[in-house]
Amino acid sequence: MKYIDEFQDPDLARRLLDDIHAAVTRPWALMEVCGGQTHTIIRHGIDQLLPDQVELIHGPGCPVCVTPLEVIDKALEVASRPGVIFCSFGDMLRVPGTGRDLFQVRSEGGDVRVVYSPLDALKIAQQNPDREVVFFGIGFETTAPPNAMTVYQARKLGIRNFSLLVSHVLVPPAIEAIMRSPNCRVQAFLAAGHVCSVMGTGEYPELAERFRVPIVVTGFEPLDILEGVRRTVLQLERGEHTVDNAYARAVRPEGNPAARAMLADVFEVTDRAWRGIGVIPASGWRLSERYREYDAEHRFSVSGIRTLEPAECRSGEVLQGLLKPHECEAFGTVCTPRTPLGATMVSSEGACAAYYLYRRLDLPAAAASKTAAAAEHAGASGTPAPDSTPVPTATATAAPAPHAPREASPVV
Amino acid sequence: MSDTTTEPHAPVPDLTAWTCPAPLRDQNRVVMGHGGGGALSAELVQHIFAPAFGGEVLAQMGDAAALSLGGVRLAFSTDSYVVRPLFFPGGSIGDLAVNGTVNDLAMSGARAAYLSCGFILEEGVELSVVGRVAEALGAAARAAGVEVATGDTKVVEAGHGDGIFINTAGIGLIPPGVDLRPQRVVPGDVVIVSGAIGVHGVAIMSVREGLEFGVEIESDCAALGGLVDAMLAVTPDLHVLRDPTRGGLAAALNEIAAAAGVGVVVQERNVPVPPAVANACAILGLDPLYVANEGKLVAFVPREHADAVLDAMRAHPLGADAQVIGEAVDAHPGMVVARTGLGGTRVVDLPIGEQLPRIC
Repeated sequence: MKYIDEFQDPDLARRLLDDIHAAVTRPWALMEVCGGQTHTIIRHGIDQLLPDQVELIHGPGCPVCVTPLEVIDKALEVASRPGVIFCSFGDMLRVPGTGRDLFQVRSEGGDVRVVYSPLDALKIAQQNPDREVVFFGIGFETTAPPNAMTVYQARKLGIRNFSLLVSHVLVPPAIEAIMRSPNCRVQAFLAAGHVCSVMGTGEYPELAERFRVPIVVTGFEPLDILEGVRRTVLQLERGEHTVDNAYARAVRPEGNPAARAMLADVFEVTDRAWRGIGVIPASGWRLSERYREYDAEHRFSVSGIRTLEPAECRSGEVLQGLLKPHECEAFGTVCTPRTPLGATMVSSEGACAAYYLYRRLDLPAAAASKTAAAAEHAGASGTPAPDSTPVPTATATAAPAPHAPREASPVV
Repeated sequence: MSDTTTEPHAPVPDLTAWTCPAPLRDQNRVVMGHGGGGALSAELVQHIFAPAFGGEVLAQMGDAAALSLGGVRLAFSTDSYVVRPLFFPGGSIGDLAVNGTVNDLAMSGARAAYLSCGFILEEGVELSVVGRVAEALGAAARAAGVEVATGDTKVVEAGHGDGIFINTAGIGLIPPGVDLRPQRVVPGDVVIVSGAIGVHGVAIMSVREGLEFGVEIESDCAALGGLVDAMLAVTPDLHVLRDPTRGGLAAALNEIAAAAGVGVVVQERNVPVPPAVANACAILGLDPLYVANEGKLVAFVPREHADAVLDAMRAHPLGADAQVIGEAVDAHPGMVVARTGLGGTRVVDLPIGEQLPRIC
């Protein structure tokens, strides 16, 4: 198929794999930042085909996974209110908050709707002037421009019954946090192509230089991934650390100026909590002062939410590349897509979900050999542990989050 | 949740007292996924309906029940249709209400003979719409060679329905020598799919959500009785047939693998996915293997008959694009595994509920 088949061609893949095998002389650990790339890797079995010396570490780039529990709980609270129409992308509906998810809110009478674009939510607001319409605006630099555009449009059209529950996060601060972690093993990055298509590559040379890591902008089809790995390995083998664009068909160095201008108008940079990781300074966007009236947190009083993360969940370590999903004791036993402890198991881009869905047949860990049925009958509950130990609110530059019961920090 | 154990076959399950490791423990209300044809649907049947109803015939858990009545082998099936919008490219709720039930019967080898038809109408629906649906239903029945023998009409208050809901039940004869059920599947059986998958689901999504994918995608809604006849004419020894509707090809293969106790290996590149469906799925982050079909079947056929059955299918208009997509194996019983185009492998799981379009 045009634009897809070309990038899944087995013969071309074999040639790239041959090049990679020929180039590798010693072990390298690469992090693919984006969860979409993780799923391509696992779904197509790319990790099985790479040389043993090339280890792919899965990064924090799943927008659903890193959305803080506090924000999910706020969404659940707002969506439960009479008179509210709560609109979201589909894959947020199954993400567990403290005790329930948006599907359950809907089954209890909440008006929760799946939309494919934030502009659809704005249309719903126009059609329902007597209701409050809230759009769940989460994600990386990729989803932020249309959300910004929607708020811009709402103000331009004078639509007052629309607001955004916003929790946008940014990739470069996350890369920096990962590299500053004392346990970091990452030697190079496959940067997320769609993020760069918006933001360009200007933020990366300084990171590549400071941490002496190659950063290769990479797409999402199997051949894109293999080409990204090939270029990364070549740099590592040569001792280089530059920013390289292997996704030139979509990414220009300057990104998308119109989108960036829209973002600059509507959002401002803020500290953000990342689910399972903690607060990373200057790692997110919030609505700027000019657009405050469109901020759902400003419009709805949703303070005082107490969140409880399941004690067994180690998704924070997975998100930082410190732990492979199947190395978690809960993986495939108490934690499955049906009974997820953390968002990494439920999100369509989550690393744990990818391993469980596609790879559990051949995972070496004992946990992986346990079937879904065994998991369902393990009798463990996804109910959060009643514990009040504060979660570390330090940045991810600190040691990884302890594997202990914890209460998430009310940061956002 | 308490720790008391409930009676295994209590007539009225008390969900608040359930301890079992019942997968429903986290939910005390119906969610959309319970109707999605995946794991949640199966749990609903397994934990609520089957214990409450009992019965040996129900325990077959086929798309249609195979009955013996007065020395005659009958297939009996029912299905309800709640599609929105009522009319879509390639069909309507009327076509679905006939073809869906006819196909459920066909999957047991039976040609549908008679249908019942229950309409649940929402107050306020225009009678012209009801008339168009009824005409479509009648035309589909005539095309499928089945007679609507009995029916019923109810009206619910405005706001309590989605325009028109239809339930149909069907009955037909199972020919002598035909015994289609997953328990007959053995390692070595060849898996054949009758044509392009994912078409109906994407067609519905495109009109329901106002999405455009470059070309209009028409539902594959069709009655498969004739195609099944053509296959059975080659050999009555087909092992199992299934129409991969809700939950798509992935759910159908998983159900068969689990019931048969065999593994299934699918060669991913052999699965016929039309470019328009693949594009739409790529945009939305969906897997075509999980998208619903309404005019396709998947067959597990003894290896020695596979070529002849495939030829017969390709000679029929509804099987022109039939493909061998895989085989039943000894390894990993109960699981479906795909060999990817690049040479890797992945598990193809039973979906939990509905597929959800992803954020980016």
